[in-house]
Amino acid sequence: MTTVQSAFSEKIRIALAGQPNCGKSTVFNGLTGAKQYVANYPGVTVEKMTGWYSRKGTQVEVVDLPGTYSLTSYSPEERVSRDFLLHEKPSVVINVLDASNLKRSLYLTFQLLEMRVPVVMNLNMMDAAEEAGLSIDIEGLSRELGVPAVPTVMRAGKGKEGLYDAVERVASSGVKRSESPLDYPELESDLAALSGLLSKEKSLVDACPPRWLAVKLLEGDREAVRLVSEAVQGRPGIQEAVNASRERFEKEHGESADVYIARRRYQKAAEVAGRHVSKKAEAGAKPSLTSRIDALVCDKLLGPIILLGVIYALYSLAIVQGYKLTNYTWPLLAGMRNFIESFLPSPGFIEIPVLRALTLWFVDSINALLNYIPIFFILFGLIAILEDSGYMPRMAFIMDRVLSRFGLHGQSTLPMVLGGVVVGGCAVPGVMSTKGIPDERSRLATILTIPMLNCLAKVPLYILLINIYFADRKDVAMFFISTVSILLVLPVAKILTLTVLKNRETAPFIMEMPAYHIPTLRGVFGRAFERVWLYIRKITTVVAAVSVILFALLQFPGLPEESQTRYEARKDAAVAEFLTATSGNSLIGEPDERGVLDIILFHDAFRAARMNVVSREEAEAVQREFEARNPALYKVLQDRRDEEARSANQALRLLINERRTILLEMRQERIENSILGMVGHWMEPFSQWAGFNWRVNVAILSSLAAKESSVATLGSLYQQQEGDESATLEQRMAAEESGFSPLHALALMLFMVLCPPCFPTAIAVKVQTGSTKWMLFSFFYPLILGLSAAVLIFSGGSSLGLTGMQAMWGFYALALALTVVMGFAGGARREDEV
Amino acid sequence: MTLEELRPGESGMMEKVTAKGMLAQRLMDMGLYPGVEIKVIRNAPLEDPVHVEADGSSVSIRHEEARFVQVRPTARASSGKSEGRG
Repeated sequence: MTTVQSAFSEKIRIALAGQPNCGKSTVFNGLTGAKQYVANYPGVTVEKMTGWYSRKGTQVEVVDLPGTYSLTSYSPEERVSRDFLLHEKPSVVINVLDASNLKRSLYLTFQLLEMRVPVVMNLNMMDAAEEAGLSIDIEGLSRELGVPAVPTVMRAGKGKEGLYDAVERVASSGVKRSESPLDYPELESDLAALSGLLSKEKSLVDACPPRWLAVKLLEGDREAVRLVSEAVQGRPGIQEAVNASRERFEKEHGESADVYIARRRYQKAAEVAGRHVSKKAEAGAKPSLTSRIDALVCDKLLGPIILLGVIYALYSLAIVQGYKLTNYTWPLLAGMRNFIESFLPSPGFIEIPVLRALTLWFVDSINALLNYIPIFFILFGLIAILEDSGYMPRMAFIMDRVLSRFGLHGQSTLPMVLGGVVVGGCAVPGVMSTKGIPDERSRLATILTIPMLNCLAKVPLYILLINIYFADRKDVAMFFISTVSILLVLPVAKILTLTVLKNRETAPFIMEMPAYHIPTLRGVFGRAFERVWLYIRKITTVVAAVSVILFALLQFPGLPEESQTRYEARKDAAVAEFLTATSGNSLIGEPDERGVLDIILFHDAFRAARMNVVSREEAEAVQREFEARNPALYKVLQDRRDEEARSANQALRLLINERRTILLEMRQERIENSILGMVGHWMEPFSQWAGFNWRVNVAILSSLAAKESSVATLGSLYQQQEGDESATLEQRMAAEESGFSPLHALALMLFMVLCPPCFPTAIAVKVQTGSTKWMLFSFFYPLILGLSAAVLIFSGGSSLGLTGMQAMWGFYALALALTVVMGFAGGARREDEV
Repeated sequence: MTLEELRPGESGMMEKVTAKGMLAQRLMDMGLYPGVEIKVIRNAPLEDPVHVEADGSSVSIRHEEARFVQVRPTARASSGKSEGRG
C-alpha cells in the first residue's frame, strides 16, 4: 500500500467548459460537492467558480469556466475562458455537451479541439435525449473525435464515476491531440501557409497552437491580431498575408472567411452527429413540452399576465412572507444585542460611556442589515428557480421592446423588479442580478438607475411625510410616489445611454430560449446560500466600517461645558424630587444616587427582557426571575393594588421620563454640535432652496449608510416633548416644523426617490462594474438630480404659489412627458457594424 | 428578403448574413448560419423581439438584427395555426 506516501501528493487543475443551458453547473456541483469558492477573473466582472475534489490521492481543482456558445474575443466571458485555457494549461478540460442537442454542442467542442487542449467530452442530460427519442453511439463518437466521451444524467447523479475515471485517465496519460478533426477545404492552403509563418515566431508558438492562431486570424479575431502584432513588433509579413487571404476568399466565394469558418464547423458537427445519433421513428411527432409551455408563456395576451403573476408571486413570497419571517429572526438578533450589551459598562444617570454607545450603534447598524437575510434568502432562492427553470429569457422576451426604447435590455426586467418597481425592493440584489445582461451599455444603465426605484427602506420616510402633509389624500400621494420612480428611471436611463454611456460596448440582442427544466433543490439552495454569503461578506463588512465613521461624525466634538452643567443640575433636581416623593416608602428605602440609578436600570432590564418574549411561559419565567432578584422593586413595577407600590411607581415614572427627556435633549444637542450637524448647518444656505433645514440635511447625510437611518435620525432630532411620551414622530415633527409645508415634504420625498444609493448599494455597484469611477458616478449624479428636482418643486412651487397636490401632479406630468419624449429620442437603427 | 420580413409560422432558408464582425459572429454562434432553415415561431407581445427556431437552436432576436439575415422563403404560414401580425 502506497496510500500514505501518495495521499494528496499530486495536485492537478481541470476546467469545465460548455455552452449555456447544457447543465454545466449541475456537473460542477456534482463533481465538487460543497467545496466551492467564488471570485472574479482579474480586471473583469466575470465570476470565477472554483471547486475541489480528491480521488485516489490526487487533489483536483475544478475551474468552472463561464458558459459560452463559442470562443471568440467578442465578450469578456469568452476572453477569460480562452485565456484560461491557453495560459493556465489545465490538465483536462471537461467539455459538457447537451446530449439532446449534440449538433449545437459540438460547435464549441471543435473550437476546444482546435486549441489542442486535452478534452473529455461529457454528454450530459442523456435523459432528455432519450425522451426526445435519440440514441447516441457514444463509442463511435469518441473514436471519431479521438477523445473520451462519458454519458451522464448529472441531475440524477448518474455517470459521475465514469467522468472521474475519464479525467484520471487523460490526466495521467498526458497525451495531447496531434491533429484537429476539423478541416476547412476552401482555406486549407492559406491555413498551411499562415501556420508556417506563425511557427517561426518563437514567442507565439509558446503561447498557442499555430494552426488555431491561423484560424483565428482568418476569422478577424481582434485578440489574435493584437497577439501577433505584439510578437512581430512591426516586422511585416503575417498580418499582410492574413489580409490578402481574407480579401481573396471574400472575392472568390462571396462570403467572408469568418462566416465560412463558422459554417464549416456546423457542417462538420452535422456530419458527426448524423453518423452517431439516430432518431427513433415514432418520436418527435408531437410538439415538445417546451414549445407547448412557450405557446402559453409567450402568448400576446397571456404572456404579460403570467409575467405579472410571477412578479407578484416574487414580491409576496420574498418581501411579504420574508418580512414575516423576520419576526422570528429578529429576536435572535435582539438577543445577540442583549448578550453583547451585558458585557458593556452600564450607563450612568445621564452619562453614556462611549464604548457602550459605540458598540451598541455598531451592533444596531449590522443588525439592521442582517435582518434582511430571510428576505434575501427567499429572494435569491426564487431567482435561482427562475434562472434554472428557463423562465428568465421569456421574461426578457416579453419586456425587451419597452425597456430597449430606454436604453435598457429585456434582461433588465428582473433587476428592476428586485430593485422595487412598485413599493418595496432592495437595490443591492437588484444591482447584483444585472450580471447576466450581455450588453455592457444596457447593463451599466440598469445598474446606475436601479437605486432610484422604491427600496424598502425609503418607504418609512414616505409614509411619515405623507401622513403629516398629505393626510387627506394618502392614497393619491402613495400612488404618486410608487409610480413616479419608474417615470424617472426610464428617461434617466435613456439620457445616460445617449451621453455618458454613449461609447460603451453594446451587444446584439440574440438570446437563446432554452428548454424548460425543473430546478434541482441542490442548485436552488446552493445558489441562495452562496449569494447571501456574498452579501454578508461584501456588504456587511463595509457597513461596519462606515457605521463607526458615522458614529464619530455624529458624536464629536461633544457637548459644551455649560450645557453639561445644566443637564447635571436637571438630573440632580429630578433625583431629589424622586427621593422626596418616596421618602418613608418601605419598598424604595433610602437609596443614594447610585441606588436610584440601580432602580432605573432594574426597570429598564425588566422592560427589555419582557420585550423579547414570545410565549406566555417565557413571560412568566421572566417575571419569576425579576421577582426573585428584587422582590420589593418588582412589587413597585408590577403591583397595581398596593398603595405604597403605586405611589413609588408614579414617582419612578416621572423620574424615568425626565431622564429620557434629558438624554434625548443631550443627544439632539450633541448631534447639532457634531461634525455632521455642523455640515448640516453649513449646507442650510444652499439646501434652503430645496426646502431642507439643517435637521433634514443631517437625516439625509446619515441615510447614506442605510436608508432606514433617515427616519431614525429624524426621530432623534425631533425630540420627545416633556411629559408627553405618547406623541408620535408625526405629531412632533408637525409641531416643531410649523414652517414646514407639503411643498417641503414633496421636495424631500422626491429627493429621496432620486437620492444617491446607500453605501451597501454603492459597494454592489463597485462589485458589478468593477470600477471605483462608476461607483462615484453612481453616487454623485443622483445627488445633483435629486437636488435639482427638490429645488424645482420647492422654489418653483413656492414662486408659482402651488399647493402640494398641484406641485405633485405638475411634476408627475413633467416626468410622464419626459418619459414619452425620451422613449422616441435618438433611436437610430443599427447600421452595418464592423 | 430578410428574416425581419418573415411572419410567424413562415420558414426560410438562410442565404447570407449581411452584417460583419460581432453581429455576424453572434448570429452564427447561436445557430443562425447560411444554409440553415429558419422558422419564425412568434413575435413578442409587443412585436419585438421575434422567436425563431433553426435546426435545434431556439433563439429570440430583435427585428433590428433580423434585418441582417437574408432568407429565401420555403414555407408559408399554415392557416389556422399561430396567426400573428407581421
